Amino acid sequence: MSMLSVQNLNVWFGSNRDRVDAVIGASFDIPRGESFGLVGESGSGKSTILRAITGLAPDWSGTITVDGQQIGKVRPKTFFKTVQMVFQDPYASLHPRHSVDQVLGETLHLHGFKDIDSRVVKLLDDVGLGQKFRFRYPHQLSGGQRQRVAIARALAPEPALLLLDEPTSALDVSVQAEILNLLADLRADRDLTYLMVSHDLSVVGHMCDRLAVMKDGEIVEVLDVEALRAMNAAHPYSKQLLEASV
Amino acid sequence: MMTKLLDVENLWVKFPTRQGVFDAVRGVSFTLGRERLGIVGESGSGKSMTGRAILRLIRPPGIVEADQIALDGVDLMGKSEKDMRAVRGQRISMVMQDPKFSLNPVMTIGDQIMEAYRLHSKASKSEAYAKSLEMLEAVSIRNPERVMRAYPHEMSGGMGQRIMIAMMLIPNPEILIADEPTSALDVSVQRQVLDIMDRLVKERGMGLIFISHDLNLVADFCDRVLIMYAGRIVEVCDADKLHEAQHPYTRGLLNSLPRLDAPRKRLEVLQRDPEWSTAPSVSGRI
Amino acid sequence: MADTQTLREWLLTETPTSRRHAKMSALYQGWLSFRSNTMAMVGLGILVALVFIAAAAPLIAPHDPYVQDLGNRLAPLGSEGHIFGTDSLGRDILSRLIYGARITLYIVALVALIAPIAGLLVGTVSGYVGGWTDTVLMRITDIFLAFPRLVLALAFVAALGAGIENAVLAISLTAWPPYARIARAETLTIRSSDYISAIKLQGAGALRIITKHIWPLCISSLIVRVTLDMAGIILAAAGLGFLGLGAQPPSPEWGAMISEGRRFILDHWWVATMPGLAIFTVSLAFNLLGDGLRDVLDPKAGE
Repeated sequence: MSMLSVQNLNVWFGSNRDRVDAVIGASFDIPRGESFGLVGESGSGKSTILRAITGLAPDWSGTITVDGQQIGKVRPKTFFKTVQMVFQDPYASLHPRHSVDQVLGETLHLHGFKDIDSRVVKLLDDVGLGQKFRFRYPHQLSGGQRQRVAIARALAPEPALLLLDEPTSALDVSVQAEILNLLADLRADRDLTYLMVSHDLSVVGHMCDRLAVMKDGEIVEVLDVEALRAMNAAHPYSKQLLEASV
Repeated sequence: MMTKLLDVENLWVKFPTRQGVFDAVRGVSFTLGRERLGIVGESGSGKSMTGRAILRLIRPPGIVEADQIALDGVDLMGKSEKDMRAVRGQRISMVMQDPKFSLNPVMTIGDQIMEAYRLHSKASKSEAYAKSLEMLEAVSIRNPERVMRAYPHEMSGGMGQRIMIAMMLIPNPEILIADEPTSALDVSVQRQVLDIMDRLVKERGMGLIFISHDLNLVADFCDRVLIMYAGRIVEVCDADKLHEAQHPYTRGLLNSLPRLDAPRKRLEVLQRDPEWSTAPSVSGRI
Repeated sequence: MADTQTLREWLLTETPTSRRHAKMSALYQGWLSFRSNTMAMVGLGILVALVFIAAAAPLIAPHDPYVQDLGNRLAPLGSEGHIFGTDSLGRDILSRLIYGARITLYIVALVALIAPIAGLLVGTVSGYVGGWTDTVLMRITDIFLAFPRLVLALAFVAALGAGIENAVLAISLTAWPPYARIARAETLTIRSSDYISAIKLQGAGALRIITKHIWPLCISSLIVRVTLDMAGIILAAAGLGFLGLGAQPPSPEWGAMISEGRRFILDHWWVATMPGLAIFTVSLAFNLLGDGLRDVLDPKAGE
């Protein structure tokens, strides 16, 4: 059962002479419950694919199918109950003037939940933050704590597919381990599907079942994680990336 | 016996805040010879502050105290600001993380490099131009005349960082402090920049202090490593023996990294022992 | 649990226990920052005194501001019963200054309510929606920005008659464009942030994003700008009063007082100078307050 299917996706910015093609002819398929990685260097288009799926990049063509439903120009409200995203920079993904309680409360309210208070308490517990963080503002939280709040926010509508845009690249090594463990636990507990973007091959090797390697907007190869660990890549660019990261 | 280029003894950096005095660096001591010394730590460990304190780049209300910071035997703590200006760039240079923020966006690259050169020598414009071209070629930039006329925003990250290295090495300093020089670069470019730094440091017999959060990178690149935590040095070891490190914090850091060649179900999470921040600093002095 | 904690500790806590606690803690810490700025405190002190004086005018003014005493015209400073002397109709200057404070505060309050709010609305909508709406709204803003304040006031007087309300209207109509520009600039920066993208992914509409997410961030810079503009607004009102377009005689508006005293400036300088000093002091106080607020509210300076 396919959770996310992307066929011949093109994403561009600007028009005519100023047009920049960020993603060219990308195609991949993620079955339910799988963790799929997108690796590439900066400018490869990996984050842009996530933005196209969520509707944050307006100019795209191709087919995107989420949980059997094809996505058009406008996303219905139900889309956001199925797909959620965790952003890269924990320092920029929380509103500076909203407390943790407000962030989670607003999200729950927008999705039509009635028992907001108890859900906020449960979400904070699920991501490993206690109740004492509930009324803090972002500047009173560390990077790892902010990222946990961002994950809690993404989990609030009970989505099936989680898009992760370099979720640990802005965090310290020891904090990264905690967040990666948390993400692995959540995936096992809730049977989530992950699409994880990263430039770090070892993170992708740890978290994902399969991965796609991107260069200059195109997917050059799709590998199994075993092949990655065995340094068994077919495309020369993938080989290059593997060598550089060991 | 290696010559001691830099001798830092009992360095403290303090910042007064509304909640009391915050100690960013606590009693750090180390020596630097003609070698590559790595300082590794997470954010808040005080590694960047240490580098800046050596160059006296920490402004009031920050307080810098040390028994000595001796460059070739002469204590820098006793120098006036005017004398420190002669040290900065000329004898100790610093390369920072992101060339987007350390290169002046409104000056051409040529102007900036020539300025850096002429600040520390009485060269004429044409001499400075020739020397700048030479330096750009030394950092493997293939079309130096074109780069001299270009602006920083036209350069990629890797090129920008190589230009920074060129600029910082033109006055031929004795010590280079590199503060996360490759963190903002793509993986494929990192190796290239590190190789260039390595070659130049060896050719000129300089000392290199390499500050980073990336333990494996530092182990690969440096000769000796200092591991910092909460402002203190918790361990000192030779780079090739890093994987035999003793201190629980170092072991914890090494074990919490995901590894392609050693897959695990869960990553080991560092259990912080409060004793690590209260115990005295391990000395990195030889 | 909270018994042994002093109020100060409760307010400076790192772990707030409720929404109210969190808000009060944030306010208290902002106040502490503000308090450390002496000049800003001076400004605040002057303005608090101004409000007090205006409120207690009937109690503190020594004389009725409208009562004329033609036998005691142009009495100098320090005359018996008239510390600041009397004006050309024998009215006590000090009392007129005190009652004039009410008028000044009235003008300031009205303009401070109308102009920034109008600017916030136009600027945030323009910045967030973009496209044609942005172009049209910004051109409208430019049109209003091009109007010279005094000419517009003259037009209003010609059409609607002189008076304070019309003066306030004229000032507000020319004062709102800069706020719209500031609000738009802030909105353009904020709109591309991750936290705005995140709330869009929860299905939030433009109205919620503008009112609950963008406005709280714009308000700080607007507040600072308003206090810094206050000086200009008071002077504009005084200028209109001076030209006879604002408050009408016998109203003790400070600008009108300067105008009346203009004729006697050589021999009886205090009649025009005392209201002038009052305007100067209040404008300075607003400037100092604005500087202090900017240091506290500007997030870039804080981090």
